[in-house]
Amino acid sequence: MELKDKLISSFWGLDNSIEVSDHIHDMRGDAIKVFEQSGFPSKKEEAWKYTSLNKIVNRDYSLESKSDKTIDFSQVKKYFLHDLDSYAIVFIDGVYSAHLSHTTHDGMDICLLSAALTKPKFRAIIENYFNKAANKDSLVSLNTAFAHEGAFVYIPKHKAVEKPIQIVHFSTGHDSAMLLQPRNLIIADENSHVQIIERHQSLNNHPVFTNCVTEIFGERRSYIDYYKVQNDFEQASLIDHTFIKQEANSQCGVHTFSFGGKLIRNNLNFSQNGEQIESTLKGITIIGENQHVDHSTMVHHNAPNCESHQDYKGIFGDQSTGVFNGRIVVDQSAQKTNAFQSNNNILISDRATINTKPQLEIFADDVKCSHGCTVGQLDDDALFYMRTRGIPKKEAQGLLTYAFANNVLESVKIPELKQRINKLIANKLGVNIGFNL
Amino acid sequence: MLKIKDLHASIDDKDILRGINLEIKAGEVHAIMGPNGSGKSTLASVIAGREDYEVTQGSIELDGNSLEELSAEERAHMGIFLSFQYPVEIPGVSVTNFIKTAINENRKGKGLEDMPANEMLKKIKDKSELLEIDRKFLSRSLNTGFSGGEKKRNEIFQMAMLEPKLAILDETDSGLDIDAMRIVADGVNTLKNKDNAIVVITHYQRLLDYIVPDFVHVLYNGRIVKSGGKELALELEAKGYDWIKSDVTA
Repeated sequence: MELKDKLISSFWGLDNSIEVSDHIHDMRGDAIKVFEQSGFPSKKEEAWKYTSLNKIVNRDYSLESKSDKTIDFSQVKKYFLHDLDSYAIVFIDGVYSAHLSHTTHDGMDICLLSAALTKPKFRAIIENYFNKAANKDSLVSLNTAFAHEGAFVYIPKHKAVEKPIQIVHFSTGHDSAMLLQPRNLIIADENSHVQIIERHQSLNNHPVFTNCVTEIFGERRSYIDYYKVQNDFEQASLIDHTFIKQEANSQCGVHTFSFGGKLIRNNLNFSQNGEQIESTLKGITIIGENQHVDHSTMVHHNAPNCESHQDYKGIFGDQSTGVFNGRIVVDQSAQKTNAFQSNNNILISDRATINTKPQLEIFADDVKCSHGCTVGQLDDDALFYMRTRGIPKKEAQGLLTYAFANNVLESVKIPELKQRINKLIANKLGVNIGFNL
Repeated sequence: MLKIKDLHASIDDKDILRGINLEIKAGEVHAIMGPNGSGKSTLASVIAGREDYEVTQGSIELDGNSLEELSAEERAHMGIFLSFQYPVEIPGVSVTNFIKTAINENRKGKGLEDMPANEMLKKIKDKSELLEIDRKFLSRSLNTGFSGGEKKRNEIFQMAMLEPKLAILDETDSGLDIDAMRIVADGVNTLKNKDNAIVVITHYQRLLDYIVPDFVHVLYNGRIVKSGGKELALELEAKGYDWIKSDVTA
């Protein structure tokens, strides 16, 4: 049976087994119909022109974790920022792991989406927010149809969360190939402040396909700092859809670090709905082998006096391929918009490819919009300079690559995370640089 | 120390060096002068091991060892240092971290352990005091946003830290005002000793007022066409390069 048919037929069984309100029940039913009609996206669609899902969807996946797995903290310690005091919401093959997590309901809610979807006290919030930012694309709808587990974060008015929240999705490979569909809902109410680190991590080199949807709501004057760390083994694929809806005077930044996996697609979608909003989208991609990373960003300005900043750096080795598709829409009402976009790439192999495409749709006449993209190689003069100081070629390449990506790292506001990303970059580049970056 | 015999080098099939002969002994300071395009910077790059140039004939030896098959980093490990006319900017890597990396990679190249942290710190402190470099400067990103003078001073700082046998200073005076040039020259002079040698590549004579050479060579059209003592530099300053050119073509 094809994966699509399997998903549709298993939906009806699953839907009846979970207790949810009629509201959610209807939403799911609608969503599976959308998926049934449109199926998996193909390269014929403009938005998927450079990314083919064929290799991923033409195989069988189990949809539910069969065995009851626990993993010992010592096995996965290295994937946490354990030197960082934080809240943690941890999933193993899509199942919540209480003993690895640190949740709270004390003055805010950092817990599970399954709890929020079923407990009456969250009903109003769920009706207000759940599935309100996500679009109706087929993969998003597929996630909506199956969504029952993930992280739920609600930060009430005027609350500044004192420590970051880590959301970690592990896959163990204990079962056969798995399809995971986490769903996260993050709400930062007025004037609240929160930092979140989201990580997808396969623990073995096994096929896992994650179709993840995250909705983030930044109410007036809220401040959200969100980091995505994607460093899977080479058989893991991740399609991430993140929707951010911001209200007046809010700030939200999303950093995406894509260092591994077979295929990663990041759909990052910002919608601004008030004045004086700032949105920041930054990313560093470092891949090799046959890996593929696709960043598809969208910033929708629909009110005056707002800003958006995009800065993506890509480093591509071997036969890897990269895609950057950056779309900015400025509505007629969004006068005095400042929108910047930059995408710089280094190809360190002759066989690596990058497709980069800015897409600006501007309907207002008094705006500042700029975009630029570059594709190049490491600077020979700089390499020679370092080598004359006794630094071998490989280490010199590593240092230069690090320097190239550095300005994106500069804006990471959690020092422990910054240090961790530095280490990941050094590992990824295969260099042992004589100091802690 | 350095012996260059009948050196020919080309880039993209274009001959730049056409038979250089030069011998430099420990404790000496040599100046290489010449008009633009004569091959001065090429000579520096070829000695330092830039792969873009092809050595088509002749040899370069350091202490009796041929450099022919050695990479730029291996030459650095043997004690060759090149100060750049245009030092490269490396954002995100501080002056301190860069020099630590360079020192430890040099030690690794010689089969030594990393330099102990306290020894490293002391050395950085000593050398930066010698060159009047303040601590803030050391934590800035390498050459990023540095003035011309700061870049050159940073080159000399690296030279002080790496203690090369043979230091080649390529157009170290370009872009420097007189005060910056004096600081750089003072630094070079304090680093000079009987065991090392310095090659100063310059278009103008003025740096040689501060770094006094034992020998001056004039490079023209890929060959050394005239050698002499420090007076030769003054003569060139007074007469320009045209008389050399006509001498050669005559």
